[in-house]
Amino acid sequence: MDWAYLFEISLTGIAGGGLYALAALAFVMVYKATRVVNIAIGELLMVGAYLFFTFASMFALPLWIAIPAAVIGTGLLGALIERTMIRPLLGEPPISVFMVTVGLASVLVGLVEMIWTADQRRLIDFMPTRPIVIGDAFLAPKVAWGAVVAVVFIAAVLLVFRFWRGGVALRATASDQAAAYSVGINVPRVFSLAWVVSAMIAAVSGIIVGSIGGISSSMGVFGLSVLVVVIVGGLDSVLGALVGGLLIGLIEALAGAYLGGEYKLLATFIVLVAVLLVRPYGLFGTHEIERL
Amino acid sequence: METRQQAGGAQGDASPDPLLQVDGVTLAFGGVKALTGVSFGVQPGSITAVIGPNGAGKTSLFNTISGFYRPTAGQIRFQGEDITGVPAPQRARRGLGRSFQNIALFRGMTVLDNIKLGRHAHLRSNVLDALFYLGRARREEAALRADIEERIIDFLEIDHIRHAPVAALPYGLQKRVEMARALAMQPKILMLDEPVAGMNREETEDMARFILDVREEWGVTVLMVEHDMGMVMDLSDYVVVLNFGQVIAQGTPAAVQADPEVIRAYLGSGDVGDLRARLHGGHAAAPVLQGAV
Repeated sequence: MDWAYLFEISLTGIAGGGLYALAALAFVMVYKATRVVNIAIGELLMVGAYLFFTFASMFALPLWIAIPAAVIGTGLLGALIERTMIRPLLGEPPISVFMVTVGLASVLVGLVEMIWTADQRRLIDFMPTRPIVIGDAFLAPKVAWGAVVAVVFIAAVLLVFRFWRGGVALRATASDQAAAYSVGINVPRVFSLAWVVSAMIAAVSGIIVGSIGGISSSMGVFGLSVLVVVIVGGLDSVLGALVGGLLIGLIEALAGAYLGGEYKLLATFIVLVAVLLVRPYGLFGTHEIERL
Repeated sequence: METRQQAGGAQGDASPDPLLQVDGVTLAFGGVKALTGVSFGVQPGSITAVIGPNGAGKTSLFNTISGFYRPTAGQIRFQGEDITGVPAPQRARRGLGRSFQNIALFRGMTVLDNIKLGRHAHLRSNVLDALFYLGRARREEAALRADIEERIIDFLEIDHIRHAPVAALPYGLQKRVEMARALAMQPKILMLDEPVAGMNREETEDMARFILDVREEWGVTVLMVEHDMGMVMDLSDYVVVLNFGQVIAQGTPAAVQADPEVIRAYLGSGDVGDLRARLHGGHAAAPVLQGAV
């Protein structure tokens, strides 16, 4: 057993898992507040990456404008989606809203192909390129910096939502809507807020994922792994998103290194099945089961 | 008819404008009318109760007043202003605090967190404020707030459970926490939906005392829906009786108790004279009425 190799693979896996965790946070944000299973999370991520591509490569804007512009643009899209597709379905069965997000995913893919074509593109390199060496282990710089950004972002989001009034309102709404109304919380606005913040987080992870692996109209597949993460972690648990992200990242990396790349998905889905057998509501999820 | 005029004399013409005025409110779900032309006023400083058999529309009325339902017709006025079109969260901010029949607490949070959320409506802060907590004014406001919270916790005798998660509390205490949260909003009117439902005698007496004290010590007007007839008659200044979505009587407890319509609604038709006699017989009558509810 080559311990140094194992260490290196594990580091890469955990770093990749940080990205899963960030995207999973975007998913959990919407699910927690509005009980909507947003299948289109991977596609939102893609839109964020394409917007960044547009601002940074096509318009050649400096990074400090291009990144916020892409993030805000995706946030606006989130608000639009919530207002036009999700809110009119308030009170409908969860399956209806779920199907709308399924449709939304393919609409977004179609839009991206219409606007930017289906070609693969590369985002401009903006992350440091010096390799990161921890002990004897080598870590690809993009992956490492991507993970750092993800962790900083997750921490910031958690802090803001712990102490900011809007975050308190969001947690209260997630807990009991009638009670939230009765203490003067504007529940529809909280729904909007959840979608906007979720879309913005998705955009950030889209930019990172895109700069590591390039962008294309099939980038939304990343969302599938994110779904595995949130199901393993528990749909409504922030902690679950974090732990699940790291766990799935680690398993993918280990399976890829020791079994071969084609076993990556197999390994994660075996974990998914195993977790669901033992804890049907995910590792940290609320003990109630959503039937779709 | 007689009772209504009596009520008008005592509550309507002579006294100042009501704090809350429900005026010809009709609420229909599709073809089903939950409320039909409901009108009554809540005088400032009063304890007003809405009673009626199951399905009479009491909770629908509450939900209409607090803004969860939009009435099909009619008007709701609060402090002289028409609030019929005002959304629920805004009404809460204006001073309509309420509790729910089936307890709506923020589960997964502690008692204190729940109470603090009652103050949410009145907070003005942004992200930076929250992160850095700057400014003396804010600190003073926080101190004032903490003071109010302490008074509420003291008043409702829930000090020992302040850090307990609400989900683990017994039913009676949960009801009390809900009331504490509503009080933390510093409401002008406190709406209680069945405050003693499912409580034992001792808990009921505690709650009755709290309701009286809310009015005496905090100067808050109380509007409640309640099934416990003994409690309604003991506490209320004014009683509104609903049946099948319509007001069939309103007035002082004594007047309402004597109303043949009310007796019929509660006990079905029958020998009204006999029942009235038993009701007037004093305390022994209360269980009869209670048992039928």
